[in-house]
Amino acid sequence: MALAAGLYSKQASALPATALRPPGALAEGDFLAACVRCGLCVRDCPYDTLKLAELGDGVASGTPYFEARKIPCEMCEDIPCVVACPTGALDRALTDIGDARMGLAVLIDQENCLNFLGLRCDVCYRVCPVIDKAITLERIHNPRSDRHAMLLPTVHSDYCTGCGKCEKSCVLPGESAIKVLPIRLAQGSKAEHYRRGWEEKEAAGQSLIGDQVELPVRGLEDKAYGDTRVRPGEGPQPGDAVPARPAGSGLDSGWKP
Amino acid sequence: MSAQTTTQARQVPPTSVRGAAMRGVVARPGQEAIEAKGWLRAHKWLLLRRLSQLGILALFLVGPWFGWWVVKGNLASSLTLGVLPLTDPFVLAQQLAAGHWPYREALLGGGIVLAFYLLLGGRLFCAWVCPVNLVTDAAAWLRRRLGLKGGKVPSGSTRYWLLGFVLVIAAVTGSLAWEWVNPVSMVHRGLIFGFGLAWGIVGAVFLYDLLIAPRGWCGHLCPQGAFYGLIGRSALLRVSAARRSACNDCMDCFAVCPEPQVIRPALKGAGQDHPLILDGDCTTCGRCIDVCGKDVFRISTRFDRSES
Repeated sequence: MALAAGLYSKQASALPATALRPPGALAEGDFLAACVRCGLCVRDCPYDTLKLAELGDGVASGTPYFEARKIPCEMCEDIPCVVACPTGALDRALTDIGDARMGLAVLIDQENCLNFLGLRCDVCYRVCPVIDKAITLERIHNPRSDRHAMLLPTVHSDYCTGCGKCEKSCVLPGESAIKVLPIRLAQGSKAEHYRRGWEEKEAAGQSLIGDQVELPVRGLEDKAYGDTRVRPGEGPQPGDAVPARPAGSGLDSGWKP
Repeated sequence: MSAQTTTQARQVPPTSVRGAAMRGVVARPGQEAIEAKGWLRAHKWLLLRRLSQLGILALFLVGPWFGWWVVKGNLASSLTLGVLPLTDPFVLAQQLAAGHWPYREALLGGGIVLAFYLLLGGRLFCAWVCPVNLVTDAAAWLRRRLGLKGGKVPSGSTRYWLLGFVLVIAAVTGSLAWEWVNPVSMVHRGLIFGFGLAWGIVGAVFLYDLLIAPRGWCGHLCPQGAFYGLIGRSALLRVSAARRSACNDCMDCFAVCPEPQVIRPALKGAGQDHPLILDGDCTTCGRCIDVCGKDVFRISTRFDRSES
């Protein structure tokens, strides 16, 4: 029986991707050693965000979690759930809710996100409690209309607390286009073997491989090195013959977002 | 009675647990006591116990139901009136085995609860607090009424092995593994925070006690009960068979007792000369006092070895 319980706990310790732990929660393995399933955090949550998992929920039975699309974390400044925890499963070292990392928002569906369609929805950006830091709008050219901009909601892991307000307020009727995922799922691991030249250069105060040889670029002789902007009247004109391209070339499949 | 059973009955003392079992389950124990003392006095301790169990549950429930926050949390850990922390030392022991050192509140709360049961009687928890007792008492009652006999009862020491396993599993997995399935905490938490599929576990305990093993869960398997039994080994509050000379061997106390093996040494002086039930397995439920028509038993302290 106890062995079965052990196996069961092993199997069930994988948290479903939509289940988020309260702010300050220890890493999942340590959390399952520390949480006694008393529900005091649930009681002190003023927004009924947290609930205790019931047997069959897919989360370790009795442990607290929340689902961002249902009720997100309101990021109380006094973090009452952490204060209420008697065991340290929610770590009191967390005193600034901005340091919480409950998960990480990911704009997961770029095909249905209205901003990616060129519209100005912006709701996830507007509701973000860490607006302009955790989510920014990045302006890029809209290749479909060719004359508008797209403002793409972009999440930054340095600031995102995983509160889930963006996922909750996404205007899509069913599933949200932006979702808070456990950080383990949301982030790739860093390519440590890849040296970022620009970071190395900044750290060293100079380029590690000496100055670059700047060769003149035909047609851009009067511009600063690297400036490839085309002014009106420059470059190919309408009516110019378009060079033939083999059909089905992978370089430009003609896809438009 | 056939000749064979008569011989058997002579070899096995009729006042032993086996002797009681061989005489057949008493369907309605306590009839004599009701006639002698009246219904109310013959159910005094049972009623007090139900009052305690339901009262404690109500203290936890008036918060979520009516918004009167007397006690927050559940039996695993709670906060009363915003000041008094109480923590289940059993869950705390698992936590320490899993390698987590909790905050002061949990340690203090665990210490208070531990001191209470160390002093007064470990398995008071089982009889007076634990919500599963309602389930297993119901199963035992129905079993007597339906006259179900026999079954496969695991050894009474199984619970101590299971207790060891619970702590070992906690240490090995580094998590409170037992709390994934522990019916005791699950029932209490379920009543307060929502059940989910935990009804299945309650049903399983009920059916196990009813159909497979009489008093199987609380008396033979539950590691939490075993834990409280261990810490109550030298507790103050004890049941005494003080008027054992008046015993008329009606066996009603054996029929209702959830741990019938604890009675014989005190009642029949088997291996001891005093009338105190000192076995840590005794839950001090007081049901033996209720059903005895001769007022043999009473609640006393472990220092009271007097007979009257």
